[in-house]
Amino acid sequence: MTIPKTILFGWWMLLSLLLPLAWSGEPPLRGTGDLGVIIERSAGRILIVDTSGNNVIGRVDGLGDLSHASVVFSRDQRYAYVFGRDGGLSKVDILRGALEKRIVQGGNSIGGAISQDGRLVAVANYEPGGLKVFAADTLEPVADIPATYGDGKLSKVVGIADLPGDRFIYSLFDADQIWIADLRDPKSPKVEKFNGIGRAPYDGLVTPDGRYYLAGLFGEDGIALLDTWQPQRGIQRILASYGQGEQKLPVYKMPHLRGWAVAGHQVYLPAIGHHEVLVADTLSWKETARIPVRGQPVFVVARPDGRQVWLNFAFPDNGFVQVIDTLTGRIIQTLEPGKAVLHLEFTPRGEAVWVSARDDNRVVVYDTANFAKLAELPAASPSGIFFTSRAHRIGF
Amino acid sequence: MRPRRWSFKRSPLDARSTREGVFFVGSQQIRLLIWLASGLLCGSLVLADELPTPSLERSRELIRMVRQDCGSCHGLTLRGGLGPALLPEALRDKPPAGLKYTILFGRPGTAMPPWKPFLSEAEADWIVAQLLRGFPEESK
Repeated sequence: MTIPKTILFGWWMLLSLLLPLAWSGEPPLRGTGDLGVIIERSAGRILIVDTSGNNVIGRVDGLGDLSHASVVFSRDQRYAYVFGRDGGLSKVDILRGALEKRIVQGGNSIGGAISQDGRLVAVANYEPGGLKVFAADTLEPVADIPATYGDGKLSKVVGIADLPGDRFIYSLFDADQIWIADLRDPKSPKVEKFNGIGRAPYDGLVTPDGRYYLAGLFGEDGIALLDTWQPQRGIQRILASYGQGEQKLPVYKMPHLRGWAVAGHQVYLPAIGHHEVLVADTLSWKETARIPVRGQPVFVVARPDGRQVWLNFAFPDNGFVQVIDTLTGRIIQTLEPGKAVLHLEFTPRGEAVWVSARDDNRVVVYDTANFAKLAELPAASPSGIFFTSRAHRIGF
Repeated sequence: MRPRRWSFKRSPLDARSTREGVFFVGSQQIRLLIWLASGLLCGSLVLADELPTPSLERSRELIRMVRQDCGSCHGLTLRGGLGPALLPEALRDKPPAGLKYTILFGRPGTAMPPWKPFLSEAEADWIVAQLLRGFPEESK
C-alpha cells in the first residue's frame, strides 16, 4: 500500500511549520509575580522557583560566598539583587534565569535594600564598615558612606531597611548609632545620625507603613525605637524587658528582625537567648504577651494576613517550626520539616509557606490552612527564600 | 555585672572586629586567673595530638557544625562576620588553650556562646587544632 503523495506533502508542511517553533528556544511569555529565589548557600547558586507550580524553573551559578545572603527585588519584579557575604552584589534576571552583572563592592557584607523609587540599591557592609549605594540598572557606584565613629574607626553596619523618600535606615553595631541616609540627591547624600541608642544593635526593622524603626540590642536589654515621622523626638527605649535579662543565656544564632514581625497592631519579636516570643502593641509600644516556644527563635514571621505567626529556632532546636495563632496567642502547630531549618517565606497572600531545611537538602512547602505538605523540592544546603512579592513592601 | 575580657593579646585584625568599651572591660584579677588557667591548659594541650581524634562520622559532624553554625556569625568561609575571622593568620598569636576555653565556655559580654553542651573537651581541642592549620571543607 502506498501513501498518497498529498498526505505525505501535508505531513511535511506540518513538520516544517512546527519544528522551527520547537527549536526557537523562545520561552512562552509569563509574569514574575509568583516567582522567587532560593539561596543554595554553599554552592554559590540560586534556584529560581515558581510558587504557583511549586517547582524549580531555573538555576543561576557563580554568585560567590552566599552564607548569610539576602535578596531584594526590582519593582518590576524581574531582577533579583543578591547580597553575598563576600561583598558580592549580583543582579540576576529571574525571567531569563541569567546573571546580568556581578560586582564585588566590599570585603564582607550583611545585606542591602532597594530605594522607594527602585533606582538605588544600598549595601550594608561589615568590612569596610559602611553603606555603599549603586544604580539599580547598571550597578555603577553612586555613593559611599563610611560608618565612621569615634576617632575615625569604622563600624559594622546592620539592620538596613528602606524608608519612604529614597532613604535608608541602618544601625552601627560598634558605634551604638542609628543613621538615616537620604539619597534623594544621590550625588550629595544627607546623613542624619542618632547617638547612644543602646549597646550593640544587632538588627533592625521598619514597620510595614515605613514609620517606625526598631533596633534590637545585643549589649543590653530593650529595643531602640525611632519614629521616622518625628525624628526630632529622638530615640525611645521600649520593651525594657526585651533582651537577655538578668541571667544572660547563650545565643546560638542572632535573631533576625524585619517588617514581617508585624501582624495587625501587634509586633512579634524573637526573644534573645530565651525560649519566648515577645508581643508588643504597635500603638503604645508596651509588651502585651510572652509566648513560650520550643527554642531560641530566629525568624518570627507573620503570615501576610496576620492570623498566624510562624517561627524557626537556633541550634540545637533548629529542626522545628512552630505556628502561633495570633487570636489566642497559643502555639497551634509544631512541624519538623527537616534538619537545620534556616528560613521560611510566605507566598504573596500566605496560602502556603516555603521552609528551607539545610542539612536535609530540601525545601518543604506547607499549606498554611491545614499544615499539609504540598511539595518537597531538592536543594543543596538551602538557606534564604525570597519571593518577588517583597518588591512592593516597604522595609524589604 | 560588667563584661570582662579574656586575656588574649589582640592582633590588629581582632581589634578591628571587637567592640571596645562594651565587650572588653578589663579586670586584672580575672585576667590573671585566666592567664594561669591557660598556662596550665597549654601543658595539657601539648598532649592534644595524642588524644583520640573523633571518629570519621563525628569529625564530619564537627566540620559541619563549625562551617555552618559557627559560620552563621564567623562566616561560612570563617573570614568573619559579626564575629571575628577564624582563619589561621587571625588566630596564630592567641594561646590555643584560650581558644579552646572560648569555644567551650564562650566569651562573657560578647555574642560568643558556650558550646560545652555540644562538645567534649577533646573535640574542642581538635577543633582548635584544625582551625590553626586551616579548617577543613565539608565533604559533599
